[in-house]
Amino acid sequence: MFEATSINHRNDQVQLRYKIVFGTMLVILIIPVVIIMFTLISKGSHAMSWSFLFEDPKNGMTAGGIFPAIFGTIWLVVVSLLASVPLGVAAAIYLSEYAPDNLLTRLINLATINLAGVPSIVHALFGVGAFVVFFKFGTSILAASLTLAIMTLPVVIVSSWESLQSVPRAFREACWNMGATRWQTIWHVVLPNAFTGILTGVILQVSRAAGETAPIMFTGAAMFLPFLPNSVFDQTMALALHLFVVATQVPDVPESLPFGVALVLVGIVLIMNTVAIWIRMHLRGKKKW
Amino acid sequence: MATASDARDKNWFIDKFFQSLMFVCGISAIVFVVGIFLFVFKEGLGFIVNDMNVAEFFFSPKWRPTSLHHPTYGILAMVAGTAAVTILAMAICLPFSIGAAIFIAEFATGKTREILKILIEFLAAIPSVVWGFIALSIMNPFIITAFDVPMGLGVLNSALILALMAAPIVTSIAEDAFKAVPDTYREAAEALGATRWQTIRKVVLPAAKNGLLSAGLLGVGRGFGETMAILMASGHSINIPTSVFDSFRALTATIAAELGETAVGSPHYQSLFAIGIFLFFITFLINMTADFIVRGVKKG
Amino acid sequence: MVSTAQNKIEVQDLSIHYGAHKALGNVSLTVRTNEIFGIIGPANSGKTSFLNAVNRMDMMRPNMNVSGTVRIDGIETRSWRNVYALRRKIGVVFPLPVGLPLTVYDNVALAPRLAGTAGSKADLDELVERCLRRAALWDEVKDRLNHLGSLLSGGQQQRLTIARALSQSPEILMLDEFSIAVDPVTTMRIEDVLKELKEEITIILVTNLVQQANRLADRTAFFLNGECVEIGDTETLFSGSAKDPRTNDYIGGKFG
Repeated sequence: MFEATSINHRNDQVQLRYKIVFGTMLVILIIPVVIIMFTLISKGSHAMSWSFLFEDPKNGMTAGGIFPAIFGTIWLVVVSLLASVPLGVAAAIYLSEYAPDNLLTRLINLATINLAGVPSIVHALFGVGAFVVFFKFGTSILAASLTLAIMTLPVVIVSSWESLQSVPRAFREACWNMGATRWQTIWHVVLPNAFTGILTGVILQVSRAAGETAPIMFTGAAMFLPFLPNSVFDQTMALALHLFVVATQVPDVPESLPFGVALVLVGIVLIMNTVAIWIRMHLRGKKKW
Repeated sequence: MATASDARDKNWFIDKFFQSLMFVCGISAIVFVVGIFLFVFKEGLGFIVNDMNVAEFFFSPKWRPTSLHHPTYGILAMVAGTAAVTILAMAICLPFSIGAAIFIAEFATGKTREILKILIEFLAAIPSVVWGFIALSIMNPFIITAFDVPMGLGVLNSALILALMAAPIVTSIAEDAFKAVPDTYREAAEALGATRWQTIRKVVLPAAKNGLLSAGLLGVGRGFGETMAILMASGHSINIPTSVFDSFRALTATIAAELGETAVGSPHYQSLFAIGIFLFFITFLINMTADFIVRGVKKG
Repeated sequence: MVSTAQNKIEVQDLSIHYGAHKALGNVSLTVRTNEIFGIIGPANSGKTSFLNAVNRMDMMRPNMNVSGTVRIDGIETRSWRNVYALRRKIGVVFPLPVGLPLTVYDNVALAPRLAGTAGSKADLDELVERCLRRAALWDEVKDRLNHLGSLLSGGQQQRLTIARALSQSPEILMLDEFSIAVDPVTTMRIEDVLKELKEEITIILVTNLVQQANRLADRTAFFLNGECVEIGDTETLFSGSAKDPRTNDYIGGKFG
């Protein structure tokens, strides 16, 4: 009896030791990120002001604000969402609600995985080859947004598919048995119940699209433009590219400026993620079944 | 009275219409993957047919596409640099990520676990251009002071950045792999008197082996495909790196840096698409292998 | 047309397979108009599969294969061009209640709305009330028609699914072990409802409660391990004069 207890006691100590070891590994991963975030905030906040957010760049982008870049990023994200959300959700509906277990479905899944794995610069090459040159959109918001849309499509497909799958099969069966068509079942019962999950995926996709640089570099984003875009056939500035430009291409930029741009970019991404997490938690609290 | 009621009505036709529409959207992923290959291939074809010397392309370290008299197109230095950085990054990232995943999956509970997962999700969302900027503005001076070297951009800087970028992905895939190990295994081991650590080492780790392998592979895929961060962190000179402080050039970064300066249709322009085809195949292979490994487990 | 007004459903040589597994083999039977047709038998005897074959749910299940014929009103179900119209004629109630995550009102109003037969708001209100009353649920939910149906108690959800099945004005009502999730008092109330409904519609009652079949069914079939052992008048079967000894044993409570 006494011996057994002492063994247990030793085991507890061993377990605690391993818990500490792995916990430390996790902390080591997190510490640099905390330092980086802290530096971004402390150096970037110097640049932060209303005029920084709402004015044009001045003096060859070494001073002034970043409004055209923010405005352009919104354009790019919105247009890319218009293309990728309907397509991605529909593809997820096909995979979740219609697709039989066959070779074609397996191919679609493989293609989705691959699309997610294609390097962003190869997406850029495709955007140039297909949208800029072949379809003659030129370097424009349209070409850049479509490139972004295809790049972020797998995110929409996978997250929407997961949301659709989380709707119990019994709901579908109940509808089918009352004579509802497959589409009526999807439209009236499955989609409304998967909506919050799909929305979460879309928000995460916004944060991803807003931060991408490579796919828009040669398809529609410009380093500097003296005017705001009027239509999808114009070029535009974009936040992510602007950070690259002021960090590497422009001489004599005051240190706080790129930190400010980086902080705005990270801020947008983190706010989007927070919203998505909030919705997800809210959803968990309000489960309807 | 019942005979006419089997007529196809509006709903029937709407259903058929949407079924076809969903199908068309469903196969879009295939269309795009094939489309990406075809368009990149089409633009690069001229180079492959006319200007490319296969031996030079793969085995020469000299990338001088703009030379007037004797342009050479060798990607060896870039492949070597990319490979070196990816391997180093994985060597840094994998142990910590798997350790972190073990902590989250096996030790953390309730709130702690939830907060850690949210943190990791945040990490994964930071755009690559921001990581590149961090490499330039924070990592670079840090490496210069810490190791007393003239320049902090290069293999080490890129590998550290890449390790941090890949960490959340590898961690969450590894955690999934651990979670996929049935609890009955753990209970059985603990019923036999094994400690938590013995259970992890003898039961959970072996059972999650394939999932971890594919997590590592996806990390490698990310390393080969990463563009902006490496472009900014690498120093961008074309050498086969011999020390971790050497500057290098990645395949992706070459495309990003040079595409804007080339004339559409020129051999230089086409050669960049040829690099794109090469990247496409490399990442395709890595992703397929990772997927195959994971599915192999599920079947077993 | 061979069908007479007396035969609502005619089943011939019906076999059902799930992949290589045989769930039901060579069943032939007829269900008469305005009768309650009971199907009894232990678990896994193919009762539920039988119901799924009647309203052609095999279409929605990739691995479910049906052979043989099912005629409703003399028309082969597989020749129906619009299978959804066929299913609208057949209301189904499941063993475990599935309240859709809609309001109580919308749960009942969904089928007529989808079928495009909902009519005016007043008509629909009236239909919803009538169906809920018939399912013996109206008094309990009349003040909370806007609450989520999926959050009602199990017994209430079961009666909600009955109201829902009635809302499509079916000619046939199929109930699959409806009393599993319902308390005995409610069960008795629903049984009374079924006796009334019989005047208007044809009912197939699959039940694991032998006595329920005895109380309600005009005729009863005994399914065992994917085989239809015997069909007969309920009275005959339950008076101990079944032809097959297995039927007597099952009804007598010797197994199952």
